[in-house]
Amino acid sequence: MANIISDETIEYVGILAKLELSDEEKEQAKKDIGRMLDYVDKLNELDTSGVEPMSHVFPVSNVFREDVVTNGDEHEATLKNAPAAKEQSFMVPKTVE
Amino acid sequence: MQITERTALELGRMIKKKEISVREAVDASYQRIAALDGELNSYVTLDQEAAYARADQVQAGIEDGSITGPLAGVPAAVKDNICTEGLLTTCSSKILYNFVPTYSAEAVLNMEKAGAVILGKTNMDEFAMGSTTETSAFGPTKNPWNTGHVPGGSSGGSCAAVAAGEAPYALGSDTGGSIRQPGSFCGVVGLKPTYGTVSRYGLIAYGSSLDQIGPIAKDVSDCAAILEMIASHDKKDSTSVARTDCDFTSALVDDVKGLRVGIPSDYLGVSPSMQNRLAAMVGPASSIRGGESGPGLDDEVRQAVLDTADVLRQKGAIVEEFDLSLVEYAIPAYYVIASAEASSNLSRFDGVKYGYRAAEYEGLHNMYKKSRSEGFGEEVKRRIMLGSFVLSSGYYDAYYLKALRTKALIKQSFDRAFEKYDIILAPASPTTAPELGKSLSDPLKMYLGDIYTISVNLAGLPGISVPCRLDSKGLPIGVQMIGDCFNEKAILRAAYAFEQARGRFLVPEIAKNEKAGDCKTAADKEGE
Amino acid sequence: MAKQYETVIGLEVHVELATKTKIFCGCSTAFGAAPNAHTCPVCTGMPGSLPVLNKQVVEYAMAVGLATNCEIHQFCKFDRKNYFYPDNPQNYQISQLYLPICHDGYVEVDTSAGTRKIGIHEIHMEEDAGKLIHDEWEDCSLVDYNRSGVPLIEIVSEPDMRSAEEVIAYLEKLRLIIQYLGASDCKLQEGSMRADVNLSVRELGTEKLGTRTEMKNLNSFKAIARAIDGERERQIELLEEGKPVIQETRRWDDNKEYSYPMRSKEDAHDYRYFPDPDLVPIVISDEWLQAVRDRQPELRTEKLARYKKEFDIPEYDAGIITESKRMADIFEEATALCGKPKKVSNWLMGETLRLLKEENREPETLDFSPKHLAKLIDLAEAGTINQTVAKEVFEQIFREDVDPEAYVEEHGLKTVNDEGELRTVVEGVIAANPQSVADYKGGKEKALGFLVGQTMKAMKGKANPAAVNAMLRELLS
Repeated sequence: MANIISDETIEYVGILAKLELSDEEKEQAKKDIGRMLDYVDKLNELDTSGVEPMSHVFPVSNVFREDVVTNGDEHEATLKNAPAAKEQSFMVPKTVE
Repeated sequence: MQITERTALELGRMIKKKEISVREAVDASYQRIAALDGELNSYVTLDQEAAYARADQVQAGIEDGSITGPLAGVPAAVKDNICTEGLLTTCSSKILYNFVPTYSAEAVLNMEKAGAVILGKTNMDEFAMGSTTETSAFGPTKNPWNTGHVPGGSSGGSCAAVAAGEAPYALGSDTGGSIRQPGSFCGVVGLKPTYGTVSRYGLIAYGSSLDQIGPIAKDVSDCAAILEMIASHDKKDSTSVARTDCDFTSALVDDVKGLRVGIPSDYLGVSPSMQNRLAAMVGPASSIRGGESGPGLDDEVRQAVLDTADVLRQKGAIVEEFDLSLVEYAIPAYYVIASAEASSNLSRFDGVKYGYRAAEYEGLHNMYKKSRSEGFGEEVKRRIMLGSFVLSSGYYDAYYLKALRTKALIKQSFDRAFEKYDIILAPASPTTAPELGKSLSDPLKMYLGDIYTISVNLAGLPGISVPCRLDSKGLPIGVQMIGDCFNEKAILRAAYAFEQARGRFLVPEIAKNEKAGDCKTAADKEGE
Repeated sequence: MAKQYETVIGLEVHVELATKTKIFCGCSTAFGAAPNAHTCPVCTGMPGSLPVLNKQVVEYAMAVGLATNCEIHQFCKFDRKNYFYPDNPQNYQISQLYLPICHDGYVEVDTSAGTRKIGIHEIHMEEDAGKLIHDEWEDCSLVDYNRSGVPLIEIVSEPDMRSAEEVIAYLEKLRLIIQYLGASDCKLQEGSMRADVNLSVRELGTEKLGTRTEMKNLNSFKAIARAIDGERERQIELLEEGKPVIQETRRWDDNKEYSYPMRSKEDAHDYRYFPDPDLVPIVISDEWLQAVRDRQPELRTEKLARYKKEFDIPEYDAGIITESKRMADIFEEATALCGKPKKVSNWLMGETLRLLKEENREPETLDFSPKHLAKLIDLAEAGTINQTVAKEVFEQIFREDVDPEAYVEEHGLKTVNDEGELRTVVEGVIAANPQSVADYKGGKEKALGFLVGQTMKAMKGKANPAAVNAMLRELLS
């Protein structure tokens, strides 16, 4: 098992991903991610020196829109699925202390 | 023949000839759904009222000549990660349990323009993460050929629905094999187009650089016609490609003379060294060979691929084995890339703008954490965690960039292969459909089942899976044909030719039952 | 002897670009709409929505880069910056980390110590966030995504500044360049230009940089200057006490003149940047770059040089006028219409600046039409109105942008040139002020001024003072 996955790592990743795991889930996640990374480490067998990382498979570039307003007032559609809304705005727990 | 056994193009012709009304076609599907879906669970949402209203509208359109095209009036199912305006779209996840999009995916708009009637939304692995449709928050879909088995995934609902006659055709999405593998498990044809061929606008992203929407149908001709309908250059999708060769049905020719077919020996042979490596990856507890859900290539599947090669050879194709290489690196590279993208793509589900928000929480960050932890299932959380980790400070180069470099090498090995061959023939999956409940306990083992489909997504290639025959357990075996970028026509031609030799594929027992909701057409009645 | 400290400052300046639409969708960027009126699936992070880049954003970014002597990355990409916050609908911001569009530039700024060169590390494009409003009533926050997706460029300087004065000079310079390019209106108060200050202190003479803090929420030049002084003092105090400076982000409270750490254990500050797979790379050809270069408008330095050559106005005036793109535009347009640069300059340097100061406004907010100023000058030159009336009319032009011709007509402000009427009034004034008449005749030249004033008053200011003067002299001789 990849020893880089510690309890702290799981805690840290939970903060990054905004996931709250039970102790049991944390243990399972540690095991699963550890195993997965062990497996991913197989990639180190491969010599990739001098190989450019490939984000896009095709060399497509310069896809633009013109600077023309195409949308009207869409606040109703925007807010249609809001779990909580007020005054045409999304309502969330307060963000300032 | 029952209406529900008809292919989509056959139905389209019948509708055009007024042998059947659009409403009757819709009726037939809903009757079949009423009879079977309690057991199969192919659908997560049905919208009969809208479908019937739409049926009448399309009927009128066909009659006044405003809606033409070979699939006008033919009902269809849409995978639940494809947005449909006004119709619940959940990704089979609790976190989107109440999400009703105010827009439709471009592919859906294209379907509607061509006169499609949407029956409902089909079940899937949650956010398309899975290979069995068991990670759905709404319960698993069952395989129509044997309800003790999974339909594959993630487009399991779409494939099961088409196989069982619950829909004449369906849309699926394929990120690592999610159309082709369930297609092969359910005995239907599934096609994953070249990346950029079908707009991703409105497809709820899993791995943005890998996702493609594609058709699922009873035969190759349907697939070609559906793809022709949904493919378009969409200005709303920056990765959409402007293609001028979207007349896919023109490739439906029973002629493969001179077609160069390559079979990767490293796919079929599974050399002992690779066996060992795979075994080491999975861990000592798992057996590779002979296991029902193990990643080793099942003998019956291997034989089916070889027999398919023989059929093509007899029709004049030139078939040879070659070494594709890098096969075992596709899965780790894929899981790093897909998970990384997913961790970012799925961060928008936070209980602020739509979907599930936890009932109780203290403050903003607790609201995020609770909504997401309660809203996402186990497999989704696993991949988000993995993805967040491989992108995190200190690991980006070692994991993410390494995976992107590996992807580049895999693309190169395909490029080399397509210098020599027009298509690559391969299994769609190492095995036929596993039993329900046997796969999720060992996720890594499940991932290894994607070995034949995943590299196609990494390289952006088109791939089709075509049912070949049933195995000794009565489950369908599919074979996969892979084409070079933008060369769907080559795989369509080969698949079509194979299908001509094979004949109409079998219908699962469950779908043959007269009580399974048949609706006689006017033509049938006249014949009586 | 007390230790001497040096302040080292680098700036991250965000500028909202003056595009009509957002960076990745066709929503309007106009201010003042009702909450969420300017939103769509893309800028609210709806599932399945995809971004498409606004070409104008790239062109503005290139223009600013060229004007600040940057190199342009002719192959550049967008990356995702991942962090959770409700004003960020996707919970990632589309930005540029690995290949920003511009890099390695500089601007020269004038300070009391002479000209200083401030390095620009990079300029990148990104999207703005939405707005959060605290709702006291329900003790919650409300999110409005109208600003979400408004295009920004972030200009990251090198840590080349040493004082608040240099920082302000640098910001003024950037603002001027960007306003001249028309790439943004750069209003600090309205947030279309925002500066985050990275500051550290070190003992004078040492090479190694101290630990820096980043200060946010600075929305005026004065606040920036105060924050710099405050943070410098705070850090020096810590060092003197032997305490470490913690690398952190602090929020400046300009009322309390103090900064507070913006830390939360929920923020890991690990943004997991990776190339956005939904966007394709931008490839800037030499031709495209040249086309943008060719379209670059005249910047201030060039304008100053041209004014010197073309117009006979004092260098000081030219300097003030060109400090605002708007003012320079008014100057040039009005001059083109009336052909009197000196007069136009006088109106701008005198009355315009006075009124701006009175109303506490920036020259960039000037909104009267140069046509009206030119007309006013013509009216005054032709003697149709006198100087006093002209000033009065100008105030109306400044405030309401009135047409001076119509205004003068409507309010009967034309100078009275009717000799008969003037003679009658002057005779009346002479009759009413025998003492002054006597004083004048007795050799007191000053007394004539009084009589002119009385005549002007009687004429309600509409007389031509020169004509009044001549008439008085004639009648009293």
